[in-house]
Amino acid sequence: MNVGVIGASGYVGGELLRLLIKHPRVDINLATSRRYAGEFVYRIHPNLRGWTKLKFMAFNPSKATDACDLLFIATPHGVSSTFMPEIIETGIRVIDLSADFRLKDPKAYIKWYGWEHSCPELLEKAVYGLPELHRDEIRRGQLIACPGCMAAAAILALAPIAKRGGIEKNRVIVDFKVGSSGGGAKPSLASHHPEHFGVIRPYKPVGHRHTAEIEQELSILSGEKFSVAMSAHAVNIVRGILATCHLFLTEQISVIDVWRIYRQFYGDEPFIRLVREMKGIYRYPDPKVVVGSNYCDIGFELDMDYSRLVLLSALDNLMKGAAGTAVQDMNIIFGWDEKEGLWDLGLHPI
Amino acid sequence: MLFKHEGEESAFLLKCPECDGEIEIPDDVISGEIVSCPDCGMDYEVEVTQEGEIRLKPAEIEGEDWGE
Repeated sequence: MNVGVIGASGYVGGELLRLLIKHPRVDINLATSRRYAGEFVYRIHPNLRGWTKLKFMAFNPSKATDACDLLFIATPHGVSSTFMPEIIETGIRVIDLSADFRLKDPKAYIKWYGWEHSCPELLEKAVYGLPELHRDEIRRGQLIACPGCMAAAAILALAPIAKRGGIEKNRVIVDFKVGSSGGGAKPSLASHHPEHFGVIRPYKPVGHRHTAEIEQELSILSGEKFSVAMSAHAVNIVRGILATCHLFLTEQISVIDVWRIYRQFYGDEPFIRLVREMKGIYRYPDPKVVVGSNYCDIGFELDMDYSRLVLLSALDNLMKGAAGTAVQDMNIIFGWDEKEGLWDLGLHPI
Repeated sequence: MLFKHEGEESAFLLKCPECDGEIEIPDDVISGEIVSCPDCGMDYEVEVTQEGEIRLKPAEIEGEDWGE
């Protein structure tokens, strides 16, 4: 199977190339970058050195659709919607890792992204590409919109309890700690080493864009409006996200009840691990443990004094938060084992 | 609760009282042996009664001080 990566010079593009090079069932037919056209991909992604002779090329929609059976798109937000109708028309399968097709409501793009969507008719057709929630739709879908990294962490932590209920659905708070690679490959003053090293920077205390997709997905699951108030902090790691979710209970629930709810919801999901250990130093999910893997670790604690359930999830923002989920979606689309090309452990220590 | 492990002649499964996970108990288990839940890591001391019933009681776990 031939695949291509559009927008392959960023961190998500590089992670896609890393996974696809090792994937036993695909060949990478093209990797595009306007800025680096003509250059070997390993000059920008040095971890790929010795594994490929692929060069970046400029993006040409008809060439890309002719050369590939499936396209991954890892361009900045607001770009893929400018050419999507043209490539979708050819019938090719597309997995878009940008935000352009995640939201169902066209008006939400004006509110959260500040631009009017140029092809709102495709929003209905697009499938939100989180396998744990939409596996069957992904299998049938032509246009898959991969979740945002923080959204994936929050949705996976909250989905089982959102579906079951027993909590105040209009009072859910999610606090994120995010590594610097979540900010992309484009440097800025905020990412400059002297400014970023050692920070715990509250970069978006309110109004983060991922709120829209978290609320969209959890409202569908819970069958009513599900409101999430989120705050995001940049912390001094390169990869990883920790989401700490605070929920307030409307009924009594025990530790064993929560275990049962999460075991039942996730069953044999290959990339979900439940973590609530009674001993050791890694008792709850920690991004450090999942870096490089496609796992999302989910844990919890009950605070009986305040009728509060604290849910925690950790994932690698470039893996389960982006490229890993995209490759999992591709495996689902083609009916392959979902773990192919992804069955790796995290590193420890790192 | 006592379960025979599927396809396994030499072990039983007990439900973890903390998380409802399944703890494998060897059938030659003796009183005082420590078993650990694979899901939540809770340690239990096994007690085998005179009637042959197997009970689990929480074993001491050393706490950690994170500067509270």
